[in-house]
Amino acid sequence: MADEKKPGLFEKGGKLYWLHSSIDAFDTFLRVPGTVTSKGAHVRDGIDLKRVMIMVVIALVPAALFGMYNVGLQTSTLYGLDWNFWHMFWYGLLRMLPLFVVSYVVGLGIEFASAQIRGEEVNEGYLVTGFLIPLIVPVDVPLWMLALATAFSVIFVKEVFGGTGMNIWNPALVARAFLFFSYPSSMSGSSVWVSKTWVGALKDVDAISAATPLAIAHESGLEALDAQYSFMDMFWGFIPGSTGETCVVAILLGALILVWTGVASWKIMVSSVAGGLLVGWLGQLAGATELPFYYQIVMGGFLFGSVFMATDPVTAAQTETGKWIYGFLVGALAVVVRLWNPGYMEGMMLAILLMNTFAPLIDHCVVTSAVNRRAKKVLNA
Amino acid sequence: MSNNLDLKKGLNIPLKGSPAREVLASVIPDVVAVKPTDFKGFVPRLLVKEGDRVLAGSPVMAHKQIPEILLTSPVSGTVQEIVRGEKRKLLAVLVKADENQEYVSFGAKAPQTAEETKELLLKSGLWGSLIQRPYGVLAGLEDKPKAIFISSFSTDPLAADTDFTLGDSLQDLQAGVNALAKIAPVHLSIRKEVYSSTTFHKVENVVEHLVSGPHPAGNVGVQISHISPIRKGETVWTIAPQQLADIGHLINTGKLDLTRKVAITGPAAEKTGYVIALPGTPVKELTGIEGDVRVIGGNVLSGENLGADGYLGFFQDQITLLREGREREWFGWAKPFRPKVHSTSWCYFSWLTPGKKYDLDTNLHGGVRAFVETKCFEDVTPMDIFPIYLIKACLAGDIEKMEKFGIYEVLPEDLALCDYVDPSKNEIQAIIQKGIDLMIKEMA
Repeated sequence: MADEKKPGLFEKGGKLYWLHSSIDAFDTFLRVPGTVTSKGAHVRDGIDLKRVMIMVVIALVPAALFGMYNVGLQTSTLYGLDWNFWHMFWYGLLRMLPLFVVSYVVGLGIEFASAQIRGEEVNEGYLVTGFLIPLIVPVDVPLWMLALATAFSVIFVKEVFGGTGMNIWNPALVARAFLFFSYPSSMSGSSVWVSKTWVGALKDVDAISAATPLAIAHESGLEALDAQYSFMDMFWGFIPGSTGETCVVAILLGALILVWTGVASWKIMVSSVAGGLLVGWLGQLAGATELPFYYQIVMGGFLFGSVFMATDPVTAAQTETGKWIYGFLVGALAVVVRLWNPGYMEGMMLAILLMNTFAPLIDHCVVTSAVNRRAKKVLNA
Repeated sequence: MSNNLDLKKGLNIPLKGSPAREVLASVIPDVVAVKPTDFKGFVPRLLVKEGDRVLAGSPVMAHKQIPEILLTSPVSGTVQEIVRGEKRKLLAVLVKADENQEYVSFGAKAPQTAEETKELLLKSGLWGSLIQRPYGVLAGLEDKPKAIFISSFSTDPLAADTDFTLGDSLQDLQAGVNALAKIAPVHLSIRKEVYSSTTFHKVENVVEHLVSGPHPAGNVGVQISHISPIRKGETVWTIAPQQLADIGHLINTGKLDLTRKVAITGPAAEKTGYVIALPGTPVKELTGIEGDVRVIGGNVLSGENLGADGYLGFFQDQITLLREGREREWFGWAKPFRPKVHSTSWCYFSWLTPGKKYDLDTNLHGGVRAFVETKCFEDVTPMDIFPIYLIKACLAGDIEKMEKFGIYEVLPEDLALCDYVDPSKNEIQAIIQKGIDLMIKEMA
């Protein structure tokens, strides 16, 4: 029983008191705390951050499950293997599992350690971050790189700011950005997005390329893209890419859960897609791209970013008006980077990180204008 | 003339145990307490010692800095005990009540001027009924309030129904209004849905406002912020309907008789209803208390934990009984269904049973965290303020920002629902109170 795990040893003054944050974390994970209200309202809503965070993880499950299947599908297609559905799924699951383990062990380890250093309870925020990171990196990323990136982002993006709720940038995206800028050869190009660690070694055809639709369109244009992948392929997600990002249907299912439960802002999702469509359309008009504007939404990490990353309540804009502006700029900037940037074909990561940086400024402007309006109203009242 | 105020944001917590419209008992207390802590901003100086005789209406303590402001005994009897807390802080004066009550005579005469009204309120100890905004403290003697606001109804969880408690006190209410109207215009808000059936619409000499909406629409602070927002340097006064009737009763009868109907409410109450009692009555005499139950003077959002041995406060016309929620539920946060727990969040399934009333307890339902999800604050705050920015300004002690974000217009009770809905379990009311205390200190 949990009570027996929590003897005087871990209580204040006990020998192992320094471990109390971890013990509390496990204890409250098993059973909700018996704390009663001591001041303020005497009754409280049943919601807590554990519940909020687990909802996000549940919303990510469809994308993760499809992603695992797609890992197997892409590999078997590339190598012409005769796999059935379960082969593909199991292959993907086995390839993804180490990523999840590394992400959670490294991230939660640091979370627990820093909670103990600060003498606070362990925050639940990493439940989501730890699930997101494996879904947005190439499946073959070396595990030590993943561990390094996770450690960097949890320590320098989250803990130094004070933990969940205090960070400026989305930690999962920073982990990805860290990999992207530190180890570009493992993170970009046309050979990293299909898993071949095991199969490739067997077949010894390491050089086989499987570019993402974005890369094909970027390098060879619309005709080459259409020759390889149809719009519906991209919509359903039967394309190479990060594990979580390919299937529009699975992401929309997640979006539905997030919007329904109110955990993430639909305003950010809608305005981000609107921003992406608008710039995609302008780019088409201006001749910057021959891609139909709606391709921008189904390709790459655009939708995954709009639904799961841009909406992080900590790093997004906080005001309701601010959310519209923030979301729109995320979507618009992502497509701007895609269309007017010769080097890098995907813009979502940088767009979100940039707007994370500017979200407080957006809020400041919104709040200042509201305060001025209010001051006028009070003056005339 | 009446004005409409339709509020949309807010929340009525679906709590079991609203008071049945019946009088359960009439309590003649053995001992009553006069508690200076009921009055924010009151610094007590004792005027009596143990063994002294007092009448109903005799002063027992005065404000240290403003000696005109008195607190008086609600009963005649003998001073039994002076209760002190830490650092000899004066907590209460206990008066043992006589069998036959004797009253100080204040003369049954309606005040004709503002000065007469003020004098009567000061002498009788009812000055403390007037609350000054901003800050929610005792009204100052030199205040020039731009208006006096009264909310005739309460939307607090399980609140006493003022139509039941004061429905037959129209003459007292009117006399109270007439006296206060000598000082400043009186604004009276009435619940729109019951306008024609309520006694309050018969009160004259007031500016009427028809208000509708979920809690906190009945909070006078919320109404003021829509009707006439408080500018820097301005003050308004507020008074609750029960205290208004007390003043009127004093004027009509010449004696201080604070007898009132007190609602007994809450899921842990054996029987809900109303008890006729005096402020300062021991709660044990008002209701049976069994088991690990919290006795709250007032409502579950902004009420005071009185303890089983406590005394009803001056402003409290409601007692709420709640079970202490010390049980620990296995995997509570992960369970798909938790039928005993209410949540406004759609992460739970409370939305499936909109009419259901809950047997809520005092469990915090989680651990304290940093602010993460903050839109929920706006959803329950029907005022033109940014709750989260005001809260953060209070935390930072930034006077200029607190002013900008509307500290003059709020009391903790107006943001009490933020306590309820916050998934990070922060104590919003305590934070706002800290901000207000800082304002009082800095602006003095």
